Amino acid sequence: MADEETKQIEEQELDAVKQAIEGKEAKPERIEEEQHIYKQVKSIVFSVLSPKMIKKMASAKIVTPELYDKEGYPVDGGLMDIRLGVIDPGLRCKICGSKLKECIGHFGYIELARAIIHIKFVNIIMTILKCTCRECGRILIPDNKIPKTRELLDQIEKESGIEDRRQKVKEIITSLKTANKCPNCKAKQRKLSLEKPTTFIEDDKRLSPIEVRARLEKIPDNDCEIFGLKVPFVRPEWMVLTVLPIPPVTMRPSITLESGERSEDDLTHKMGDIVRINQRLFENINAGAPEIIVEDLWDLLQYHVTTFFDNNIAQLPPARHRSGQPLKTLTERIKSKEGRIRHNLAGKRTNFSARTVISPDPMLELFEVGVPFTIANKLTVPEKVNEWNTQYLKKFVENGPEKYPGANYIIRPDGKKKKITEETKEASLEELQPGYVVERHLMDGDVAIFNRQPSLHRMSMMCHRVKVLPGKTLRLNPAVCTPYNADFDGDEMNLHIPQTEEARAEAEILMEVQTQLISLRYGLSIIGCTQDAISGNYMLTKDAEMKREDAIDLLSAVGLTEFSKLPRKSVISGKEVFSALLPEDFEFEGHSRSCDRSKDKCDKETHVVIKGGKIISGVMDRNSLGEESGLMLRNIHQKYGKDTSIDMLGKIFRLGIEYLLRVGFTSALADTDMPESAKAKIRDDLDIARKEVDSLIAQFREGKLETFPGKTTQETLELRILEVLNKARNETGKTVAQFADKRTHTMIMAESGARGNLLNLAQMAACVGQQAMRGKRIDKGFEGRTLSHFKKDDFGSEAHGFIANGFKTGLTPAEFFFGSMTGRDSLMDTALRTPKSGYLYRRLANAMQDLKVEYDHTVRDASSKIIQFQYGEDSIDVSKSENGAINVKRIINTT
Amino acid sequence: MLGEVIIQKMKKIKFKVDKHILTPKHSKLSEKEKAQLFEKYHVTSKEMPKILRTDASLRELDAKPGDTIKITRKSPTAGESLFYRVVTDV
Repeated sequence: MADEETKQIEEQELDAVKQAIEGKEAKPERIEEEQHIYKQVKSIVFSVLSPKMIKKMASAKIVTPELYDKEGYPVDGGLMDIRLGVIDPGLRCKICGSKLKECIGHFGYIELARAIIHIKFVNIIMTILKCTCRECGRILIPDNKIPKTRELLDQIEKESGIEDRRQKVKEIITSLKTANKCPNCKAKQRKLSLEKPTTFIEDDKRLSPIEVRARLEKIPDNDCEIFGLKVPFVRPEWMVLTVLPIPPVTMRPSITLESGERSEDDLTHKMGDIVRINQRLFENINAGAPEIIVEDLWDLLQYHVTTFFDNNIAQLPPARHRSGQPLKTLTERIKSKEGRIRHNLAGKRTNFSARTVISPDPMLELFEVGVPFTIANKLTVPEKVNEWNTQYLKKFVENGPEKYPGANYIIRPDGKKKKITEETKEASLEELQPGYVVERHLMDGDVAIFNRQPSLHRMSMMCHRVKVLPGKTLRLNPAVCTPYNADFDGDEMNLHIPQTEEARAEAEILMEVQTQLISLRYGLSIIGCTQDAISGNYMLTKDAEMKREDAIDLLSAVGLTEFSKLPRKSVISGKEVFSALLPEDFEFEGHSRSCDRSKDKCDKETHVVIKGGKIISGVMDRNSLGEESGLMLRNIHQKYGKDTSIDMLGKIFRLGIEYLLRVGFTSALADTDMPESAKAKIRDDLDIARKEVDSLIAQFREGKLETFPGKTTQETLELRILEVLNKARNETGKTVAQFADKRTHTMIMAESGARGNLLNLAQMAACVGQQAMRGKRIDKGFEGRTLSHFKKDDFGSEAHGFIANGFKTGLTPAEFFFGSMTGRDSLMDTALRTPKSGYLYRRLANAMQDLKVEYDHTVRDASSKIIQFQYGEDSIDVSKSENGAINVKRIINTT
Repeated sequence: MLGEVIIQKMKKIKFKVDKHILTPKHSKLSEKEKAQLFEKYHVTSKEMPKILRTDASLRELDAKPGDTIKITRKSPTAGESLFYRVVTDV
């Protein structure tokens, strides 16, 4: 009775599936009329295919390993049977009547001579076998406890979801595995083990797949449900295969080589093996061959079926081509980086995109991207023809694909795409009329999305305006390097052209560079002046003066057209030139780099005060102009909005560069020259330090050195020496800072924060300092010493990596060696750390990708579980703050 | 002197995590407070963060599964922040 019921359910289900898969088959004539069948998916079930289902959904039974006959025609009942789908152009499918590419292919099946364990279900089979009685097939829970277990499971599912139910099922299963007597029929349970990959052993005796299947068949439907197998959909015995579905030829197409030979897909090869061995097994069984031969063949068939599913089983040698390279079977197609999911589905290859090396061009606006002509000729933008633009678009068609503003394709209203060539140009021009679409070349002002990998934050993909330029590289303003984390040592970037109006609007509104000015990580401008732009503005605003004509020349080179802000004098100061870029009503006050930060209002003349759009005092340096720092850019953005600030930023950037261009800027060797008195002082300081170290060592040897608490005497000595040497180095640094000529360009760079710092200068001019590895002086190499030309147990400064010379004077061989040691160490460190931290970041980003701040300020995940009750515990949107805080004072003052 | 044995209650000398200075303050919400909280955030206990019944910081609270625990933490950004967790078994 029960059997019949399941049969009925199965049948119904089958019909539904069959209709869904091959709905076309029912009414082939409808396809001819190009009619579509609309159906709504109510639910989807993932389950195991039953043998009946496999046979029902199959359109051919495969019986022979041969592929083609002498004429090269697919053999009936072979693996390339034409009933499995069409792969030749022009032919119609026998089953569904549709053409190549329309027919998705049809499954076939093989009747296996003996049952075969499905490798992917081995673990489930194992647990089920262990948890059920070997005699009666009942689950090893007493009858009276079964309803309670079910209730518990249902309750858990209701309360905390299906995930937790599965967890609980696992727990129940582990508790059952140890039972050794059936509570139902009192039969003793034997020890069951799995000999990987697919052999089940019971008390040293092998269980054949047939026996395994017989046991699974005995398990009643109700007991299956506790394992999480709902019966009309899954039966445990279906995990042991008796028939094998053959995938359609469309998913394993053969390739025709140049020689006319056919080369088959890996899957076809594997299935050929299966069919061949299967036939032999059939013949041997029918001929009554000895059991050993049959079993050998059976094992071989098991191997082939296993590797058909997965060719990377640890205990099995992978099946190989004749050339020795392993076959790519079903699992390998899906899994890992080169698999279908990560490579094809999550892969990011697209049309309408370009990629090349990038290079800088400060004369571009920040929101522009320079595109080479060669790329602009290939990338296209579709434009719909209408009454008003017909003439305009005809010009592009006239130019054709070669001549620059031209067009590559026209698309007819029925969707047919036509390539424009020299020959078809005239015809295309003729037929062009409203309703057509012209795919014209990329032009200035088109919207493009610019991207550099790794795309770690949203500023890694921004929307730029195209500027078509000669050359072969993509060009960008150096100020937008920071958000992309780009430099020009060979970096490549990608460019995407949105193809629809909607996509363009979205890109413009959400992704334009202007909208990304303020970082949402720390609430300051990420885009700012860099390098030369900072040096230039620093020099300009510090003490520069120029003739009025020069000032106007400078400002017009920057892109300014309105000079009324310049005072009417014949000599104009640099501060006034800079002020010409600021809005009339801009007020700002802030610290510069050389200011005393302890005071709110520093009295130095470098303190920046801007009133009424004029610099009253102070210099422009990295603190005001730089990226990721300074409130000046933030305040401009706050007050005047994105468009003004990006325009001003571009102009300030160019002003710095243009000014440098006019005055010249070089870092010279002479910048590190020190007066004789400074050299003497440095020498003295180092001498004193050396002597101090020697005296410390002497004290240590005599045992007179006072030990620090919690340290050994040896450690104390090390610490004391390090302290002395560091002090000496800092002293030389101070001397250099004191005596160095502030007008040298190296010093200007260090002071403005454009590049380098005083330490770098001190290392060049005076003393490189102690080389340290893992926070200690260098202490590796030979026994008791670092290099063979030092005495053993020499604790002196030279023997442990103190470099007393500067880079300009030159290092001694030993010093150079120590310098190389730390250099190599830090190189290795960065090379190893970068991928590690990158992976860590990726995992964090993936784990948190669907967290979202809701309107009630809670942070919730996709299933609206609360992660945080107040975003960041203070509900501050950092992107709307100033460096993570809200300036209440200013808000009150301005309103 | 030698051989003197001092007997002390285990409870007295045992280290108490919930009294430690780095453990934030845990307290149990009343049924009314709990209802208000759930109403405020439109949640059921399913969407709430969880805390294990056996958590050391609940030692003296006598918390049962279903109870809501209020945790008062010191926060570098907000001074003091509140967090709520629902007690669960397992």
